Amino acid sequence: MKTVIIKYNAGNTQSVIFALQRMGIEPILSNDPEEIKSADKVIFPGVGEAVNTMRHLSELGMDRLIPSLTQPVLGICLGMQVMCRHSEEGETPCMGIFETTVKKFVRQKGSTLKVPHMGWNTLGEVGSPLMDNTLENQHVYFVHSYYVPLGEHTIAATEYIHPFSAALRKDNFYAVQFHPEKSAGPGAKILENFIAI
Amino acid sequence: MLTKRIIPCLDIKDGRTVKGINFVDIRDAGDPVELGALYAEQGADELVFLDITATNEGRKTFVDLVKRIAQHINIPFTVGGGISSVEDVRPLLQSGADKISVNSSAVKRPELINELVDAFGSQCIVVAIDAKFIEGKWVVHTHGGSRPTDKVLQDWTIEAEKRGAGEILFTSMDHDGTKSGFANSALSELNQKIGIPIIASGGAGTMEHFKTTFEEGASDAALAASIFHFKEIAIPDLKSYLKKEGIRVR
Repeated sequence: MKTVIIKYNAGNTQSVIFALQRMGIEPILSNDPEEIKSADKVIFPGVGEAVNTMRHLSELGMDRLIPSLTQPVLGICLGMQVMCRHSEEGETPCMGIFETTVKKFVRQKGSTLKVPHMGWNTLGEVGSPLMDNTLENQHVYFVHSYYVPLGEHTIAATEYIHPFSAALRKDNFYAVQFHPEKSAGPGAKILENFIAI
Repeated sequence: MLTKRIIPCLDIKDGRTVKGINFVDIRDAGDPVELGALYAEQGADELVFLDITATNEGRKTFVDLVKRIAQHINIPFTVGGGISSVEDVRPLLQSGADKISVNSSAVKRPELINELVDAFGSQCIVVAIDAKFIEGKWVVHTHGGSRPTDKVLQDWTIEAEKRGAGEILFTSMDHDGTKSGFANSALSELNQKIGIPIIASGGAGTMEHFKTTFEEGASDAALAASIFHFKEIAIPDLKSYLKKEGIRVR
C-alpha cells in the first residue's frame, strides 16, 4: 500500500502525516506526477486561502494532474474546496471535479453564530464507505469560512447557519470539509476508512 | 450543532508545564506532551501551549516540543509566546500547530496581525488580550500582564478583528487565579460587538463557572489551567455536568 500526500504549501500537511503515522502508515510526501500516479491512495490536504492555493497548484501542474487521477483521492478542507468548480473566495476558478460552487458563510442578522465556523460539530446523513454509519452524530473539527452547499455529491451533512456538505464523493474522488487529522477518534476512523477503500 | 469548547492551557518553560497564579508564583505541573495527550483523551476540545521561555535556546526547544505535541495529540492546538514575525510563525505551523497566538507584539505593532493573516490565513491567527479593569475601563496589558498600555479592550478587539484575526483569547487579569468565575459582563459585551469566536480566560474555579460563561458571557470557548492541572476539575465530569445543564458539548 502506497499512500502519497500531495506536497505543496498546505498548512496542515505535517498534521496529516502524523495522523497517518499514528495509524502505522508511512506516507510519501511528493509533487512528482509519476509518484502520485503510482500511489494506491492520494491525500490532498489544504489550509489557507483559495486564490494563492490554486495559483500554487497550477504552477506545480497539480490542478490538471489531480482531476486525472483514477485511484481513491481524499481532499481535506481547502483541498475539498478547490476540487469544486468555483470558489467565492476571490472568485477563483477551481478544478471542477465536483460540479458545485463554494460559497461564503454569511452571518445572519441577530444570530449568535459567528464566521468562521470553528470547532466541533456533528456529522449527519452518513452511510458510505468513507463516512460509515458509526459516524452518525459523531463530532469532528471544522475551521472554515466557505462551504459547499448540499448537492448530488454530498455524503455527509453538518449544520451551521444552514446545512452544508461535510463530505463529498464523486467516483474515486472523496473530500471532507473538516479536519480528520485533528478530529480525535472519529477522524482516525475516517482516515482508516479511506485507506481501506 | 456546533459545541462549546473546553480548552486547557499549558504554560511552557524550558519544555515543562508551569502555571502562574495571578501571573506570579510559578508552580510545576508536569510534562506538556503527556499532560496534553491525557487532556485530549479525556475530551478536551483544543489545547493551548504558551511558551514563556525567554532565551533563544529555549525557543528552539519549543519548536521541537510543538512537533512532539503534533505527533502525539489528535486534537487542534494553539501555540503562543514570543511571536513577533511571520518567520517566527512558519516553523510552528510547519511543525503541526493549528493556530498561533500573538499578544504583546501585536499591541506594539498591530500590522503584524495583517502580515500573519496574509501569510497563513485568518483561521490560524489568534489574538490574545490581557486586560485589567481600571477606573471604569478595561485596560490592555502586555508582557505577561506587567505593562499597562493606552489601548482599551473593546477597541483593540474590534481592531484585531478588522485586521483579520480569526479568534480572540481574552484573559481578565482581575479574574485570573481568583477562581471566582469568568469576566462574563465584559465577555457578553465583546460577544455582541465581535463576529469572530472569543475564548474566555481567567477565573475558572467551579464547573458552574463554565456554564455561566457560555450562557451569560456568550463565550464560544472557555480556557483554564490550574484547575485542570491540579485535578480540581476533571474534564469528563465537566463535560457531563455541562451536558446535563443543557450546554452543547462534545
